[in-house]
Amino acid sequence: MTGQMDKFLPCPTPESAPFWQGCRDHKLLLQYCAACGTHQFYPRIICASCMSDQLEWREASGRGTVETYTIVTRAVSDAYAADAPYVIALITLDEGPRMMSNVIGCDVESVKCGVAVEVVFEQWSAEITMPKFRPVAGQPAS
Amino acid sequence: MDNLRGKVAIVGAADTQVGKLPQFSPTGLCIDAARRAMADANITKDQIDGLITCNSMAEPYMYHAEAMAEYMQIFPRYCMSVGAGGSTTFSILHHAAAAIVSGMCNTVLITMADSLRSGLTRDQAMKMQSSAGHSQFEIPFGPTVPAFYALIARAHMHKYGTTAEQFAAIAVACRKHACLNPAAEMRTPITIDDVMNSRMIADPLHLLDCSLVSDGGSAIIMTSADRAADFPHAPVYILGVGEGHGHEHISQAQSLTTSFAVESGRRAYAMAGLKPSDMDFAQLYDCFTPTVLVELEDLGFCKKGEGGAFVENGNIELGGMLPVNTHGGLLSHCHPGNPGSMFALTETVTQLRGNAGARQVKDAKVAIVHGQGGIMSSHTTVILAGERH
Repeated sequence: MTGQMDKFLPCPTPESAPFWQGCRDHKLLLQYCAACGTHQFYPRIICASCMSDQLEWREASGRGTVETYTIVTRAVSDAYAADAPYVIALITLDEGPRMMSNVIGCDVESVKCGVAVEVVFEQWSAEITMPKFRPVAGQPAS
Repeated sequence: MDNLRGKVAIVGAADTQVGKLPQFSPTGLCIDAARRAMADANITKDQIDGLITCNSMAEPYMYHAEAMAEYMQIFPRYCMSVGAGGSTTFSILHHAAAAIVSGMCNTVLITMADSLRSGLTRDQAMKMQSSAGHSQFEIPFGPTVPAFYALIARAHMHKYGTTAEQFAAIAVACRKHACLNPAAEMRTPITIDDVMNSRMIADPLHLLDCSLVSDGGSAIIMTSADRAADFPHAPVYILGVGEGHGHEHISQAQSLTTSFAVESGRRAYAMAGLKPSDMDFAQLYDCFTPTVLVELEDLGFCKKGEGGAFVENGNIELGGMLPVNTHGGLLSHCHPGNPGSMFALTETVTQLRGNAGARQVKDAKVAIVHGQGGIMSSHTTVILAGERH
């Protein structure tokens, strides 16, 4: 956790607090719309597909696919410099929604579009645990 | 959708010096740009009854346009600030055209400036600009602005086989044009190898795929087409304008490789009654090289996925099929943040007046300009011409 407190820590809102509580519990939670059957991310007070407020929290599989990525060599601030080079990726979750995250626990050069990944949790503070992803062992890029 | 076609015109246009200008505040640059545009249109400040600005990052005001009006002691009846990132310039132009046509005002001053180079530290500028990301679901992971655009570049490469050398060709074209522009910041020619060998910033984007960080300002004067003949320079008419707004955060984009430039372009072409092949040149928002490539496709200059081939072999250079960013663009002319595409607009006026000297597009009659803000989020396209049509 060295230096994590100097990073840009998320500030949970009433909509997102259950998501961040889930991360503290090492569960990736998504909102599911009971009216139209759509999962969504990020958290909202309405379903962005049908505007229903019949939303419930469901634990996701935690698995997804790298849709695109970049390897950042010029870190955004000193607090991130120790991580450089680091991977920023857009990950399409198996349930459908897309999230940004880091792909960690591997050689940055091994990350490719289509790589299967799974969520891992990284504690940054008492309140904040970040959802990150690592390649699923034995899963080549599609 | 043809209610604005040919009804308003640009009658004054001017830029400040650009580059590293610690002797000016952002407010000073904004006012200097305004003064120069008024001189170009040969009007006094009392003739301005509409003022539109965008806020400065280095010297922000709660009510920016009102502060600029106060500074100049002008008293407009239409006054506002617009903020849509790199799309701001053309979004403002759309608002100004509508205000003139609806009678809210007659003569609008649009003036914008910022000092990203001298008014902010490099870290402040990076942090300020990366705040376009989502505060909870993007920024904590450490993306920079180049990283956001690198995600788009990589997605395009993966889907269509586009290469880093093809992105580099865009930087080379802009630099070639900047070398012909005495006002441009970067005036040393570069090659594709120079781009490929420059420092990696966010793979696949190298340093020379990224735009500059500059100080500078630019302003225009707009009025109705009926009044435009009373000014010293030949008017430049707005034939078409359209906007498209797809998302704010890149992780929420409907597509990573097709942008809402498709929508803004379709609306602008429909209003103008023109098509891509009617355009003599294009000024396309170039915060990073892949932005231009996606815009060329989405604005219909080539098929989706063929932008890489389109930018090769000098096709987008002066003398090529479609000269792009004839002043050098954000990549090589200057980039003071949100005001950046104002210089694409003033360059278009210069070209359509036939005053561009060594970089003049031959027989330049009709131009398309396009701005995008956020991370390929907000798009505005404008079609301009020297004739009212």
